[in-house]
Amino acid sequence: MNTFGAVVTTVDDAEGHPVIELDDVSKSYPGGVAALRSVDMVVDYGELLAIVGPSGSGKSTMLNLIGTLDRPSTGTVRIDGYDVASLSDRQLSALRSRRVGFVFQHFHLAAGRDALGNVADGLLYSGASKRDREQRAEAALVRVGLSERLTHRPYQLSGGERQRVALARAVAGDPPLLLADEPTGNLDSVSGAGVMRLLHELHEAGTTILVITHDREIADSLPRQVRMRDGQVV
Amino acid sequence: MSSPTALPNSSDLVEEHRRRIPPGHRERAEDTLRSARLRLSDLIRLGGYGLRSRPLRAVLSALGIAIGIAAMISVVGISASSHADLDRKLAKLGTNMLTVSPGRTMFGKQATLPDESVAMIKRIGPVQSATATGVVGTVHAYRNDRIPVAQTGGLSVVAAKLDLLTTVGAQLDQGVWLNGATDRYPAVVLGATAAERLGYGPTVYIGGRSWVVVGVLRKVALASELDTSVIMGWPAATTYLAFDGHPTTVYTRSADSQVEAVRGVLAATANPSAPNEVDVSRPSDVLTLRRATNAAFTSLLLGLGSVALLVGGIGVANTMVISVLERRSEIGLRRSLGATKGQIRTQFVAESLLLSMIGGAAGALLGYLVTGTYATTQKWPTVVPWWILAGGVGATVLIGAIAGLYPAIRAARLAPTEALAAT
Repeated sequence: MNTFGAVVTTVDDAEGHPVIELDDVSKSYPGGVAALRSVDMVVDYGELLAIVGPSGSGKSTMLNLIGTLDRPSTGTVRIDGYDVASLSDRQLSALRSRRVGFVFQHFHLAAGRDALGNVADGLLYSGASKRDREQRAEAALVRVGLSERLTHRPYQLSGGERQRVALARAVAGDPPLLLADEPTGNLDSVSGAGVMRLLHELHEAGTTILVITHDREIADSLPRQVRMRDGQVV
Repeated sequence: MSSPTALPNSSDLVEEHRRRIPPGHRERAEDTLRSARLRLSDLIRLGGYGLRSRPLRAVLSALGIAIGIAAMISVVGISASSHADLDRKLAKLGTNMLTVSPGRTMFGKQATLPDESVAMIKRIGPVQSATATGVVGTVHAYRNDRIPVAQTGGLSVVAAKLDLLTTVGAQLDQGVWLNGATDRYPAVVLGATAAERLGYGPTVYIGGRSWVVVGVLRKVALASELDTSVIMGWPAATTYLAFDGHPTTVYTRSADSQVEAVRGVLAATANPSAPNEVDVSRPSDVLTLRRATNAAFTSLLLGLGSVALLVGGIGVANTMVISVLERRSEIGLRRSLGATKGQIRTQFVAESLLLSMIGGAAGALLGYLVTGTYATTQKWPTVVPWWILAGGVGATVLIGAIAGLYPAIRAARLAPTEALAAT
């Protein structure tokens, strides 16, 4: 069932370029640790895929590069058509605020803010007014099925509900690309299944979703898998 | 996705994107890569969230600033209130009184004023009144005849003309002033301190006889030497105590506009043969001078207040450094949500500014209350100069900015991946 209404992705987006394009990307850290070794990957708009691998395989580095939180040592990363290497910190930040949503294993919710505040603050850097942010936050929370929990603080919510708040925060700005880092890693299987169902619904609404996981079962439930080992795609 | 209002921007990077991105995407490119500014209201709210998440710590570090500001404002406020009180007093007492007293001769001996000096001074045009007292140097006043001679109590015996009271602006606390009858007989009026030391008895013992106390003066602001005097009539002093009749202090009042002119001729008029042996002074100047001494003391206290403020500022900086360390994952999250380095920096500076300004406002209020309470107990008008309030607010803004800058720069420098890894 599609509960998300409007289709987000436009024909323009789909035609011009892939949403993610990694071209011979390597990343090494000071001390000579090579986290990624000449990785090539292309993800088109509207895909739902998993990057799967054991810990230390380089999948977190992949997430950081794709999320423009980090820059590659060599090679080219293009997100939504933009070459990450050519953009300044301000431009990358703007790109993240409008085109990329993040969901983390540890939720990263502000303890002192209720669900609505947490989601609305996610739009702080988009330039929207407070009223606009709150309206969109409420809509996003309704989407993830938390319309009854708007004024609950994180400590009043279950783990699954917290991750759904984080999911609402990630999609409140309608980004074409959603990156989920072990989104079910801290959840029991029932809550985890609920979060995965939400991701599927978002995908049906047109969002490109990339799930990073070490869990083969979750990876196999998605249409495409990119398997990683020792910093390389296998 | 594209906005119909493409904002004109001719920066090089945008130009480069114009070239690289197909025509249909141009407007979108400019919009997507333009990071939105944080509104001021959002920034203030953002700083507030940070403080509210650790209220006790915020209160304690704001307290440091508050104490510093309160100390500075109350020090300056109390001194300003005391000045205002002095000004009010001076306005009431008048600043047109000059006193003339004998100085020293060229050979260092105590000089004397000629007996006719009062009469001569009275003849100066702008002088409205002139009167004199003469210290009877050979005797001292005692409570009764049982007191050892050495216990003089620091009091002096003084002969006075009858118009002394009006000229120096003295007022009676008890009894009456000397008159044409009592100034010939053994009768005295006591200065306020002298009455205290002599025990408010009905008589005092001077030069081998008892003298009747007919009155007690209040403290005399412009002639405080009268407070420790036992005052008798000029004829009585001459008759009973072998007083030499030389005046030792001549008090004059002149027209306000002519005080300086009178001052110029006073020495020569009082002792035409030896004007250099005459000291002329203006008692209200002495009060003003004491005010200047107070100002030196005030600046010392002000220095102490600013040290307190500095310590408060260090407290705020400390709080902010710890806050940045603890909130690494929040910083990482904000970066992932699209906050630029500058916005992270601004957020932490705003938080620090808010913290110190809350402290500053509380301190200003506290300082005002302290000044008001103290001034009220001293029966002074409450005066807090605007410049110290403005200076206090300015100081807190400066301290907040400086204390917050370093932690904020550290927060902004944090790599987003590193910040997110800290859970």
